Amino acid sequence: MADVAVSSSVNVKRAVLAEFWYYFRENTGAVIGLWFFVLLVLVAIGADIVAPHEPNLQYRDSLLVPPVWQEGGQWRFLLGTDAVGRDVLSRLIHGSRFSLFIGCVVVSIALSGGILLGLIAGYFRGFVDTFIMRVMDVILSFPSLLLALVLVAVLGPGLVNAMNAIGIVLLPHFVRLTRASVMAEREKEYVVAARVAGAGRLRLMFMTILPNCLAPLIVQATLAFSTAILDVAALGFLGQGAQPPTPEWGTLLAEAREFMLRAWWVVTFPGLAILTTVLAINLIGDGLRDALDPKLKRS
Amino acid sequence: MLAFLLRRIGLLIPTFIGVTIAAFGFIRLLPGDPVLLMAGERGLTPERHAELLKQFGFDRPIYEQYFDYLVGVLQGDLGNSLVTKKPVFEEFFTLFPATLELSICAIIFAIALGLPAGIIAAVKRGSVFDHSVMSTALVGYSMPIFWLGLLFIMLFSGLLGWTPVSGRISLLYFFEPVTGLMTVDAFLSGQPGAVRSALSHLILPTIVLGTIPMAVIARQTRSAMLEVLGEDYVRTAKAKGLPPVRVIGLHALRNALIPVITTIGLQVGVLLAGAILTETIFSWPGIGKWIVDSISRRDYPSVQGGLLMIAVIVMLVNLTVDVLYGLVNPRIRHQR
Repeated sequence: MADVAVSSSVNVKRAVLAEFWYYFRENTGAVIGLWFFVLLVLVAIGADIVAPHEPNLQYRDSLLVPPVWQEGGQWRFLLGTDAVGRDVLSRLIHGSRFSLFIGCVVVSIALSGGILLGLIAGYFRGFVDTFIMRVMDVILSFPSLLLALVLVAVLGPGLVNAMNAIGIVLLPHFVRLTRASVMAEREKEYVVAARVAGAGRLRLMFMTILPNCLAPLIVQATLAFSTAILDVAALGFLGQGAQPPTPEWGTLLAEAREFMLRAWWVVTFPGLAILTTVLAINLIGDGLRDALDPKLKRS
Repeated sequence: MLAFLLRRIGLLIPTFIGVTIAAFGFIRLLPGDPVLLMAGERGLTPERHAELLKQFGFDRPIYEQYFDYLVGVLQGDLGNSLVTKKPVFEEFFTLFPATLELSICAIIFAIALGLPAGIIAAVKRGSVFDHSVMSTALVGYSMPIFWLGLLFIMLFSGLLGWTPVSGRISLLYFFEPVTGLMTVDAFLSGQPGAVRSALSHLILPTIVLGTIPMAVIARQTRSAMLEVLGEDYVRTAKAKGLPPVRVIGLHALRNALIPVITTIGLQVGVLLAGAILTETIFSWPGIGKWIVDSISRRDYPSVQGGLLMIAVIVMLVNLTVDVLYGLVNPRIRHQR
């Protein structure tokens, strides 16, 4: 009997995944985004092998060499070199590690904090709920980048603090989403049934209710991933994020700024890397939303 | 309506107090002694240090300090800038018109392009136009605007020489500010070429700042229109034989606009965050650049005051949007 139950639950999971993939695949943009993202992850993991040069190695005889297809370009520097002779392509490849790492860390901070606070607010209601939601309102009253800038000013500039700051700034969206779903779910029959069966508070919150609130959170997490990359790059650009010579894409742009009228490539490629990565993740987010939203599916 | 308004304002009070606590806490949370931070690099004798500690009230209990701060804020006293020694409140409002002008132009740009694009995309759902609008919107939404600004400067200012790189108006023109909005002041001054110069300085920052709001508005308008176009009353209007322009413009659009208004209101925060980047790139002398500069100059009272003022502006705009929303949608107004 138990074996039958286990195998049927595995089958249900498979069927759910197959259905999800069926709807996700219909969105061509999302599939392209996913492929690009997979490629980026592979490049980031194998950066040491893929990158033709060390990211911080300076070729002092080859300063501001243009990309290979332009006059004066060299084959050993495909996308040219920067003002101190570092290979732009290698720095971009190593920068992808930072961007993916930033996205993962920021989303983990915002998602775990948001789920915890949202569950508490939505489950317990009353004073705790009011307090948590007012604090979230305060965070939302500040434009995201401004609050992040000020938090970094308090914590001190640097990549880790920038990630913490953006994580805090993105927190309210997750708290609100979780709270709203928890409030919608907590009175439903299956929750009442679990409570009657003797499930404790923690079990009810994390095992019974939470799994049914995940769909909007997954979509929001994808969007937060791209926002995190953009905002940490913006902080890097303003000199408050990752510090040189870290090859973080926003920091690369900040370094390149003074040479932009002489060397277009040092400015163009880092920004293009940010844009395509963020675009790919947003495409995936759109696809996830379409695939996970039952309302859209039926229409 | 009055009850609705009062209820909305009542909800703002705890948020406002929270914002003041955040702004007050900012200077106290900074690592190190606040007096030494304010003194900067000069160094202080112990006597002077004690004197300043007393003068700023840092020796008193924290709740008393907060209460004094709150009373000061309510009277418009945000302290003095450490760099210019002028009141922060005054500095803020000297620079605010520049940001206001840029933000107004950016949101007009965003609405003027985003709204019609969203409407047409919804009406012609699945067409080439729809696909291209949605792709462009997604690219705009994913755009690192600080990079877009640099690209524009490289292309239009560097390569083509069409627009100036930075500032609000050419140094050739000088007039006393009347409204603080450069284009209006240039027009009022009557100097030939001044308006043109102001506009040429304004155009690139406007496009850069308006890009993300434009994308968001286009996407939101399209989805709101699609929802409304499937409603029964739209079908009825069509069945009555009304011309499509009337059905879309009068019956569908009016209802679709309700969520769009909220979206536009929410863009104020996006604009002010974007202003930090846009103003830094184009050396636009507004509050965004001022805050970035204040942070790097460690002028903490300015940062604190700017933080508070911007949050208050965002809160007031959100209140206005809520009230507008209540005005156009009675269902919200009568909700308890």
